[in-house]
Amino acid sequence: MISQHLPILQIVVPLLAAPLCVLLRQRHAVWAFALGVCWASFGVALALLLRVMNDGPLVYELGGWAAPWGIVYRLDPLGGIVLLIVSGVAALVLVFAPRVLDQEIPADKHYLFFAAFLLCMTGLLGITITGDIFNVFVFLEISSLSAYVLISMGADRRALLAAYRYLVMGTIGSTFILIGIGLAYMMTGTLNMADLAARLGDVHETRTIRAAFAFLTVGVSIKLALFPLHVWLPNAYTYAPSMVTAFLAATATKVSCYLLLRLVFTVFGVPLVFDEMRLAAVFMPLALMAIFVASTVAIFQTNVKRLLAYSSVAQIGYLVLAFGFASQAGVTACVIHLFNHALMKGALFLALGCVAFRIGSVDLEDLRGLGRRMPWIAALIVIGGLNLIGVPLTAGFISKWYLVMAALEQREYWPVAVAMLFSSLLAVAYVWRIVEVLYMQPPRPSDLQSDQREAPVPLSMVAPTTVMTLGTVVLGVYPTFTVQVAQRAAEFLLGVAA
Amino acid sequence: MKESIHHQVILRVVAKILLPYILLFALYVQFHGDFSPGGGFQAGVIFAAGIILYTLIFGIEQAYRAIDPRIFEVLLALGVCLYAGVGVWALVSGGNFLDYSVLAHDPVHGQHLGILLIELGVGLTVTAVMVSIFFAFVSRGGR
Repeated sequence: MISQHLPILQIVVPLLAAPLCVLLRQRHAVWAFALGVCWASFGVALALLLRVMNDGPLVYELGGWAAPWGIVYRLDPLGGIVLLIVSGVAALVLVFAPRVLDQEIPADKHYLFFAAFLLCMTGLLGITITGDIFNVFVFLEISSLSAYVLISMGADRRALLAAYRYLVMGTIGSTFILIGIGLAYMMTGTLNMADLAARLGDVHETRTIRAAFAFLTVGVSIKLALFPLHVWLPNAYTYAPSMVTAFLAATATKVSCYLLLRLVFTVFGVPLVFDEMRLAAVFMPLALMAIFVASTVAIFQTNVKRLLAYSSVAQIGYLVLAFGFASQAGVTACVIHLFNHALMKGALFLALGCVAFRIGSVDLEDLRGLGRRMPWIAALIVIGGLNLIGVPLTAGFISKWYLVMAALEQREYWPVAVAMLFSSLLAVAYVWRIVEVLYMQPPRPSDLQSDQREAPVPLSMVAPTTVMTLGTVVLGVYPTFTVQVAQRAAEFLLGVAA
Repeated sequence: MKESIHHQVILRVVAKILLPYILLFALYVQFHGDFSPGGGFQAGVIFAAGIILYTLIFGIEQAYRAIDPRIFEVLLALGVCLYAGVGVWALVSGGNFLDYSVLAHDPVHGQHLGILLIELGVGLTVTAVMVSIFFAFVSRGGR
């Protein structure tokens, strides 16, 4: 009986847990409770993914109201893998949480922090699972509003300003999405995505629908932080609490990318988007600029968190590039990179959280000789860096491989493939800056003295970081799981699967 | 400024007379919402407006004496719990999430009961959120 209700449990459990956190108040109890909820969510996501991989899409009717009238949850392999990313990262990040939160956030605010965290997770999961486009907007607001709160809790006072900027940009994005939904509703009279897709066929040549699509695309691009709409991202990632950065970097932009894929391939359809609107002509140059400009900017950063934030903007470029090929290979590459990048960036930001916990800074200056002071964490950072470059035996290589293959499949895109390979050199440059500081420069004598006084980074923080980093290596050596899921996801998305 | 409003006898008397009716009207909008315009959101806003009016006229200290502000944090969480709880109740009773028909022996009664409880949850949360936001602004730097 319970198995048929899994899609709703995925959302309701964290949603109900958030107010319960507020009622619990006691911070250790709240943490333990939230941890349990996240691992339960992860279990549900895993079960759901296995089900959709074996049996095809799942549909769940809320309140027993049937499809075009009521709200339905609809899950296919693409949704399944994104659910797995969000809940898995949340579960690992919460293991990481307690010690680092003691340092970064006042103890009397912990229960509110966990409530906001669970709400953010609910929103991200909700966007992924729902089959109703207005429901997408509601969940988007839930996740965005709680994300602003989470970012503003950063210890640095600049976190407030960063959160405020994100709020302004994010609200513009949400408004655009709402306008787009409204216009599409005006022309079709439906909010159910499948129904919308069917009815758009009659009216897709009207200017209203084109405007709707334009508003939705720009709105989602803001949330996705696609160059040049990425300006909110670097500061938000830099000043947010460590675990929030790790969580949002691994999930928020990935869910936006999911939304883009869903809107384009399921709702509006390839003919409208790529043949009439020529979206690829806009997105391909923007994606390439994202890769080159953001990677170049990353090379000149002095704060490692900010450096990785710019690298995220570049990686989003790869995602959009893969999406722009509008082919099955492209979507497969996009989904593979979605999963791999979530893991590698989550791992890197967690490792930086460990560094910040120990030495209280993530400036390149202060990381001198960290290879000797924190050998294990430094090694994990290097593995993360190799992922970003795309060195063989890491998940990053698998991503790049499928991206290049997708580019080469369409002959006119060979320059894109060359550009992609060249862009890896930029990644080498910014990763090398970190490695050089970690290993080639001697630690400051004063730092070595303070090391003897301070306690080492607790296992509760090292373990999740290690699990995530090693996960990228395992998926680099045995990519079968990601590749299979991504191929199934692409088949369903493009309507190839029976 | 603060002093002057405390000496406005007419304002104070009128507010005192109106206040019970504002709160009562909120409850009417809340519980009559399934037969006439209204519902949890509107009722919550009206109820909160009553409390906000009281705070404006009598000052924040007096308002804190009348209602402990910490209760709103509990209420706003309880409202969401009530809403989602009804959904889970429907799940446990064998229906889909938020399928009120299974809440009572007669589906019509079930629908009635479900919407009543859900709207109560909405009302509680909206009241608590409105008042909390207002208190947060008013008490800035004061406490």
